Amino acid sequence: MPAKLRVKDVYKIFGDAPDKALDLLAKGETKEAIFESTGQTIGVQDANFEVEEGQIFVVMGLSGSGKSTLVRMLNGLIRPSSGQILIDNDDVASCSADKLRDIRRSKIAMVFQHFALFPHRTILENAAYGLKIKGVGATERRKRAMEALEQVGLGAWAESLPSELSGGMQQRVGLARGLATEPQILLMDEPFGALDPLIRKGMQEELLALQKSLKKTIIFITHDLNEALMLGDRIAIMKDGRFVQVGTAQEIVSTPADDYVAAFVADIDRGRVFTAESVATEPSVVDLDADTAGDAVKAMEDQNLNALYVMDGQEIAGVVTYQQAAAADRESGADDVPLKDVLITDYPSADADTQLADLYERASTGLPIAVTDTDNRLIGVVEPEKVFAQLSSETPTEAPQPEPDTVSEPDRQPAL
Amino acid sequence: MSPSDLLIIPFDDWVNTLVRDWLVPNFRPFFRALQVPITLVLNGLDDFLAFVPMLVVTAVLALLAWKYAGRGMAIFTVIGLFFIDMIGLWPETMTTLSMIITSVIFCAVIGIPVGILAARSDLMWKIVRPILDIMQTIPSFVYLVPIVMLFGVGMAPGIIATIIFALPPIIRLTNLGIRNVREDLIEAAESFGSTGWQMLVEVQFPLALRTIMAGLNQTLMLALSMVVIAALIGAGGLGLVVNTGLGRLDVGGATAGGVGIVILAIILDRITQGLGTQNQVQTVSLRETLVSLFRPRGKIATTEPGKAG
Ligand SMILES: Nc1ncnc2c1ncn2[C@@H]1O[C@H](COP(=O)(O)OP(=O)(O)OP(=O)(O)O)[C@@H](O)[C@H]1O
Ligand SMILES: [Mg+2]
Repeated sequence: MPAKLRVKDVYKIFGDAPDKALDLLAKGETKEAIFESTGQTIGVQDANFEVEEGQIFVVMGLSGSGKSTLVRMLNGLIRPSSGQILIDNDDVASCSADKLRDIRRSKIAMVFQHFALFPHRTILENAAYGLKIKGVGATERRKRAMEALEQVGLGAWAESLPSELSGGMQQRVGLARGLATEPQILLMDEPFGALDPLIRKGMQEELLALQKSLKKTIIFITHDLNEALMLGDRIAIMKDGRFVQVGTAQEIVSTPADDYVAAFVADIDRGRVFTAESVATEPSVVDLDADTAGDAVKAMEDQNLNALYVMDGQEIAGVVTYQQAAAADRESGADDVPLKDVLITDYPSADADTQLADLYERASTGLPIAVTDTDNRLIGVVEPEKVFAQLSSETPTEAPQPEPDTVSEPDRQPAL
Repeated sequence: MSPSDLLIIPFDDWVNTLVRDWLVPNFRPFFRALQVPITLVLNGLDDFLAFVPMLVVTAVLALLAWKYAGRGMAIFTVIGLFFIDMIGLWPETMTTLSMIITSVIFCAVIGIPVGILAARSDLMWKIVRPILDIMQTIPSFVYLVPIVMLFGVGMAPGIIATIIFALPPIIRLTNLGIRNVREDLIEAAESFGSTGWQMLVEVQFPLALRTIMAGLNQTLMLALSMVVIAALIGAGGLGLVVNTGLGRLDVGGATAGGVGIVILAIILDRITQGLGTQNQVQTVSLRETLVSLFRPRGKIATTEPGKAG
């Protein structure tokens, strides 16, 4: 897919002598050192990234890391000190005021952390603001704003004032106001930062649900890594105005680029980042009719497994455990105990993108989990211990060596 | 030994020369022309208020007081205005009222745009601010003389003196109101591609309106306090009644004029204060307006958008 937004070599220095600061930056000085010696603040340095159409690109970092500065440069609220910001092929960083206004009216909208709703306007008028600015006529404006409000489930509140709504509802109005002009790009600066955890969770889910149909290009700012991991198709981690790592949720969690990222990742809920697919292995199976319990025991001994899936043609018939198969084999004394006699038909299964957190319970049966596709065919098997190993993949390296810098050792990279 | 032994600056002569020999001969027609719009508005209002029967004016003011300041104030308005009429000062009160309204109209017409410009440009504010400081510290008697020399005596010069005296608060508070509009709202408006004008009309002005109305109220009060001084240079009305009483040592006459001014001041103050806290009710329909007209004031003012900030 084509890149909707391309950011090239963007720097933003706050202060009256950006050149001096840029020089020092090139010499490798840190943000603090530059501020002490020149009084110039590094807002953003060396930002380079592309966002594809329909993607959610999350920028995550601590307070003061330059997230707001970055996102405000994307719609020209802040002009960069140098670099290019290309939306389609227009450079927001250097275009005229007229052109910039045009881009803001037609292509890019913003949702704010503290909602920034106009207190003197009704919810409907708030949602219609962008359309009014564009010069859309009153009836058309009303209709489209109403549609946007209905998308976020607030149609009934059209005539209320913002002060009559709760925080979560106000932010939905903020979202509706952003969506009403039908922009291709949506900038969201910590949109859920001011909301209670529970409401925030609901809003995240709602945003993902909306995005399924809207397919906007979204730049989403947050300082909450869990939020970043949940929403982001790609995630950039920022520190002191610089990107320290850009990648998918799983890349960031499994291979943090440096200690800074690793420290973040250390206490996130890995069960929500990794899916069944990421720990599944090629299934090795036995056939219900062709093979006997003895064959299964032998196969398990060869592959050092505790259980095996049994197939009936293309269908999963069930699972056999080593214990039962071996016992049955021993008791009968013969070589031809049919698999049917030791088959467990109540086996655990999961979709490829089931989160590991949801596999805990299934894994605790001790049986391997069948990973199936939409046609219910076996595409992989998750060994229960793999689930727990992935969820607690800190432990093996941390036990002998408590130093934090061991976290990026390659041997603890999970299979992806 | 003092500096005056070394050098005497003939400051008063300089000012005399500036005003008498330069301003008056060269610019008198210009200053005379300035009065024209003021006279026009004033005469219109004065004729109108003289033409409308006393009871109608009272009814309108009482209704306004009821809507914006509650029932008690409406009753006070009726009693106060009846009292003024009964002590025989109704025509003078109407003259004063039209002078006040004219002054306030011109203060608003000049002050609000200047305040807006000052709010949007730091340079402009740097220029305007010291001028306002001077306007507010110079005793009003000081500029009465040059005003008389430039404009002559009469109603219009009186109003010009009043405007100079009453202008600063509306400029200051317009500037303040617009500068105090929340930064994130400005950013939001900008992010949707608002032009400077759209920003002003859609966001800044409506949100600053309460503060601007507070400025208007202060301007109005200052204008009322100039009534007596303006009468010194020929403006009529209640001020003249007070001055005449003063000249003749007629305590009764002076007090009657003073009481008239106080009653008028209280009524106008309460109505404009009410206006200031009310105008956050946006785009009310005609029906709502009528409903709110007959509703006690306390209930309307509960949703204050300003609280969010
Ligand atoms: N207008 C400004 N003038 C000077 N320095 C600024 C300005 N705006 C931001 N900065 C500085 O730039 C840096 C980045 O600020 P920014 O607001 O982008 O951080 P942030 O990541 O959004 O933080 P937060 O999570 O608190 O919103 C900070 O060091 C800040 O002090
Ligand atoms: Mg920020």
